[in-house]
Amino acid sequence: MSGPGASPVAPNADALARDAARERRRLLGLSIPALVLVGLLLVLPVGWLFYLSVVEKDAYSLVHYERLVQEPAYVTILWNTVEVSVLVTLICVLLGYPLAYLLAQLPPRAANLGLIVVILPFWTALLVRTYAWLVLLQRRGLVNTLLVNLGLIADPIPLVHNMTGTVIGMTHILLPFLILPLYASMRAIDPDYVRAAASLGASPVRAFWQVFLPLSLPGLVAGLLLVFVLCLGFYVTPALLGGGKTYLVAMKIEQNVNTYFAWGASSSLAVVLLVSVGLIFVGLHRVLAIQRLFGVR
Amino acid sequence: MPASAASALPIEVRGVSKSYGPVTALDRVDLDVRSGEFITLLGPSGSGKTTLLLVLAGFIRPDAGSIRFGDEEMVRTPPHRRNVGMVFQNYALFPHMNVFGNIAYPLRLRGVAAAETARRVGWALELVQLAGFEGRRVDQLSGGQRQRVALARAIVFEPRVLLMDEPLSALDKKLRERMQIEIRHLHGALGMTTVYVTHDQREALTLSDRVAVIHEGRIVQVDAPERLYERPGTRFVADFVGESTFLPVRREGGGLTLHGRPLLLDGGPPAGDGPFFLMVRPEKLAVVPPGDADGMNCLDGTVKERVYQGESVLLYVTLADGTELAVRSPSRRETLAAVPEPGGRIRLGLHPADTVVVPEDRS
Repeated sequence: MSGPGASPVAPNADALARDAARERRRLLGLSIPALVLVGLLLVLPVGWLFYLSVVEKDAYSLVHYERLVQEPAYVTILWNTVEVSVLVTLICVLLGYPLAYLLAQLPPRAANLGLIVVILPFWTALLVRTYAWLVLLQRRGLVNTLLVNLGLIADPIPLVHNMTGTVIGMTHILLPFLILPLYASMRAIDPDYVRAAASLGASPVRAFWQVFLPLSLPGLVAGLLLVFVLCLGFYVTPALLGGGKTYLVAMKIEQNVNTYFAWGASSSLAVVLLVSVGLIFVGLHRVLAIQRLFGVR
Repeated sequence: MPASAASALPIEVRGVSKSYGPVTALDRVDLDVRSGEFITLLGPSGSGKTTLLLVLAGFIRPDAGSIRFGDEEMVRTPPHRRNVGMVFQNYALFPHMNVFGNIAYPLRLRGVAAAETARRVGWALELVQLAGFEGRRVDQLSGGQRQRVALARAIVFEPRVLLMDEPLSALDKKLRERMQIEIRHLHGALGMTTVYVTHDQREALTLSDRVAVIHEGRIVQVDAPERLYERPGTRFVADFVGESTFLPVRREGGGLTLHGRPLLLDGGPPAGDGPFFLMVRPEKLAVVPPGDADGMNCLDGTVKERVYQGESVLLYVTLADGTELAVRSPSRRETLAAVPEPGGRIRLGLHPADTVVVPEDRS
């Protein structure tokens, strides 16, 4: 007989199921080293951190968290951290978006060259770059000398050992983290979208605001959050350029541990930082999910 | 409200050239599209057909030339001021807007009031048979539906000219053929001057009032579909539009000969000094009984292969001089019976009215 018909038995069903099961076991086996590594190096220490933050003199206590909201010094530090992070993120967006847009419009060869220039600072040590800013921004540094000689200012202005210096240094170091994901998402936007807008009557300016910008938002949000999250825990640059006046969470953690051996106080700050970052990522996920609802990939 | 034929504009292309470094994409192209006409630019990939369309849309600035819509010179006008509807190959529907948002976009740009916008979007959706789809997201639409929305968006603002860049190439065969019919109906209803780009010769023949065949940046022939297929002007056109085998013919005395026998031609031999080729299309050949040559040009050969293709049977026949020909016969009882098995001798007849001689391409 030709043509399809149900076979009375299911040939090889058991053997095929056994093969599939064996394959699953083998894949699981391959991932065990990585799982052990993550468990030992991530889950365990973070769990320990949580534990330290809720223990005082061998008893469970929330005293470390109470301190965070009650002591004005801590409130100021948390507020400073958010303030600097928002400012740096904002400046990164204002500087980074046009640059990423320019790179995305260039022919690939020129764009790659531009990207190398953007990434170049990554090849220099963080500490070196931070000290370089110290040299540039100090009272008799390059920037102040130039401005005075040009007659734009009468006396050197305080550019470093304060919030200004911190923001300048952090912006410089974090800018690539905004540009790279943003550039990638802009490159993925089919140029036909903007062409379609033009054919329908949109001037270049309107096509940008109404079509290109909305389509680049997922990349912008990704870059922006990356920068913001990195800002929250930044240590070296604010410590060196802030001159002790701009005190951020990471610096307080360091001081609590190294100077006061106050592990509980440090842990609670670290947990607050970690949970905030976690919440931001959940928020990000929501935002992106909502955008997917509108059809933006 | 629909655009009437009166608002359609003729297009006049004069001496348009475009080079990319050493590569010439368009070489002094001239083309006249009549008001309300459906014209297709047909050519292989890299022939320049899409470049010409993008020049018409304003996305590519030519090196030289003139583009006129009606009396208006357009070559230096930016795309957003050309008032041209365009359907893109990948549709380019805005993913951050729903169906209504997409179709309303050109109206929004023109400051059309909300009520009027809703009415016109409804009209356009009805025209493409998607009434009630306003609230759908683009990613909820099938390929054919996206195609229709793209079409609705391109016509909703009643452009004077409609451009389409291989709009059906992403659809499967059945859907493509249905959309071809719908595009024809739509064009009949709206009467917009339409320039359509495709590399699919059957699509070009199905849709167009006239077809312009483009080859290496030049327009080689512009004709109505039937004339283009039956009377191609050059060997390239004959080869690109439809299937053909070319047999060299020689000029002897006042006529032409094929394999030493005089070639019967309706309308006499072409002018010029050749070389000339007989164009043989698979469906124009008839299997004739041996010895019978009454008023036909005859070709004798052996059947090399016989392929059953459902509605027709395809035969590969080797002629005496080694040339291989394809013959397509409808799979009717009597023709099937007349077709010999592989290895058998066969005589093929070509009616003088179907006997077309084309010159070699000048390059």
